[in-house]
Amino acid sequence: MKKTYKIDVDCANCANKMEEAAKKTKGVKDATVSFMTLKMIVEFEKGAEPKAVMQEVLKNCKKVEDDCEIFL
Amino acid sequence: MNKKQKKMLARIIVSFLLLIVLSQLSITGYLRFGLYMIPYLIIGYDILKKAFKGIRNRQVFDENFLMAVATVGAIFLGDYQEGTAVMLFYQIGELFQSYAVGRSRKNISELMDIRPDYANVERDGRLEQVDPDEVEVGTLIVVQPGEKIPIDGVVTEGSSALNTSALTGESLPRETGVGEEVISGCINMTGLLKVRTTKEFGESTVSKILDLVENSSAKKSRSENFISKFARYYTPAVCYGALALAILPPFLRLGVLGLAPQWGSWIYRALTFLVISCPCALVISIPLSFFAGIGGASKAGILVKGSNYLEALSQTGWVVFDKTGTMTQGVFEVKGVHHSTVERERLLEYAALAECASSHPISKSLQKAYGKPLDRSRVTEIEEIGGNGVTARVDGMAVAAGSDRLMERLEISFVPCHHPGTVVHVALDGAYGGHILISDMLKANAGEAIRQLNKAGVKNTVMLTGDRKEAAEQVAKELGIREVHSELLPADKVAKVEELLERKGSREKLVFVGDGINDAPVLSRADIGIAMGALGSDAAIEAADIVLMDDDPLKIATAIRIARKCIRIVYENIYFAIGIKVICLALGAVGIANMWVAIFADVGVMVLAVLNAIRALFIKKMN
Repeated sequence: MKKTYKIDVDCANCANKMEEAAKKTKGVKDATVSFMTLKMIVEFEKGAEPKAVMQEVLKNCKKVEDDCEIFL
Repeated sequence: MNKKQKKMLARIIVSFLLLIVLSQLSITGYLRFGLYMIPYLIIGYDILKKAFKGIRNRQVFDENFLMAVATVGAIFLGDYQEGTAVMLFYQIGELFQSYAVGRSRKNISELMDIRPDYANVERDGRLEQVDPDEVEVGTLIVVQPGEKIPIDGVVTEGSSALNTSALTGESLPRETGVGEEVISGCINMTGLLKVRTTKEFGESTVSKILDLVENSSAKKSRSENFISKFARYYTPAVCYGALALAILPPFLRLGVLGLAPQWGSWIYRALTFLVISCPCALVISIPLSFFAGIGGASKAGILVKGSNYLEALSQTGWVVFDKTGTMTQGVFEVKGVHHSTVERERLLEYAALAECASSHPISKSLQKAYGKPLDRSRVTEIEEIGGNGVTARVDGMAVAAGSDRLMERLEISFVPCHHPGTVVHVALDGAYGGHILISDMLKANAGEAIRQLNKAGVKNTVMLTGDRKEAAEQVAKELGIREVHSELLPADKVAKVEELLERKGSREKLVFVGDGINDAPVLSRADIGIAMGALGSDAAIEAADIVLMDDDPLKIATAIRIARKCIRIVYENIYFAIGIKVICLALGAVGIANMWVAIFADVGVMVLAVLNAIRALFIKKMN
């Protein structure tokens, strides 16, 4: 299952870091972050609960880039 | 500018003025340090904070860290002015970047501003504005002049001119009237229209297009992936390099050469290293170039589904076309009836009746030429003979209508036709009855399109068609297409494209252009599938990688030019940014480049790269 989230982040490299962090989160099969459109597209693994997974994703993203937001 | 940016601008101005004032004063000692701390902290407090947080979260090597270490180091060495200036220019660069990105985001979202906000529904004699999402299929909606058509449908009342420029890039208005299909996203210009919706909003053209545009960022190009990987290794590498530069030479001088270590000078060089090394120019300008390229293309009515396709399109070597609907208008007309053994009208009548079950454009043109309503009850035992034609009984008489192959198969001797076009031979009761010549009109721009492709450096142009050899070759000759494969059944086209994929050079990409109606498998088999005339055709939008909203073949060359320009800009930026940085790093290591050069290598390069990236948005008009 794929879902798109709006995000807010200031620099392109930070967006890349968010992408890395999201990809490494458990329950996430694949993730892409587009700095230009300020969107995060997350593909969840089978049986994963998007809401719970996204909380983790947000936590991991905050770790690598403090100044970021995902609008869940 | 948004609030964040305005605040940053104020900080920049204040610390800039303070810096100028301080540089005019001749104060020394702790007071000097204290005074310089004011502009330094005003401009840099957030960077220092972020760098500290980064260290705490074990995300050490980012540009905040680089800047913090470089400026703190410079201040530690007593270069207060340079330390503050580095921070100041770094922030100016960041502000510029965020402003430029914000502007291009806005520009591009305005280009794609086709989302309708409401639909007018008549309830109890009054117009009500409702959310397009809530309108059910079959609802009667009213579109007033100046409004966007919110949902695909059919006009039931009124006539008007539609502006399709937001969808197609075509500025000529399109006339519409009762019974015509209208597509969401067009702007109603002149008259009031009542439209019965045929789709839900989510299935309407406008939703599909917006979906496509919004998801185009998910497919990243090789260059983008390269840059994010590069940034991941590059920053730590430069940091360790700087550390080595600060420590190794002094030890060498002291231990091996027995000279004074010159700690200050080497640390200064190491700090310059850090300032130069910031990867921002690359990391921002590459995605920005692609974003601008895709945005510029959609302004021209060319939708690209991802930057990887833009990258592939720039390497186009072979262009393969479908004939019908791509190079020709797909409108067939009966041009003549030849060698007829019966009256012309009767031959047309039999052929039209035999073909009455088919919705193929050929059978439609037969019906049109016959001109009278068809009585289908006169036709029995209709049998399609695999792409070659049909056999049927009309008024009890055996009628066969179809290509040369059909006649050969039925072992009926026939008179071949020497005119270009599609030929329908008709056999009545097993005897040859003559043939009907049907031909399709070439699109006005077809010849020019091929010329432009050749000019753009396309190595080979190939046309695939189900038509007969003579007709196909005539068209190819007229247009200047180099290679033709004719008399192909739909399934043969996939095999043919596979064969062409084998033949072409491995570095060249093969583009297939079709109208998206029967060629979805071919579109997906080719390196890049371009569907044209896709306005209103969902299947084409789904299957293709690049969608041309109208059916002008000139757009193929335009798309290739846009892709080439975008990729050229991407490479310019990669070489320029990396090149300047490597040169400055080398100069910094040997002590020629000072902090000011380093600031140019960082901020200056970034500004230039961003300005260059924005160029991808602008597209020269053809002709």
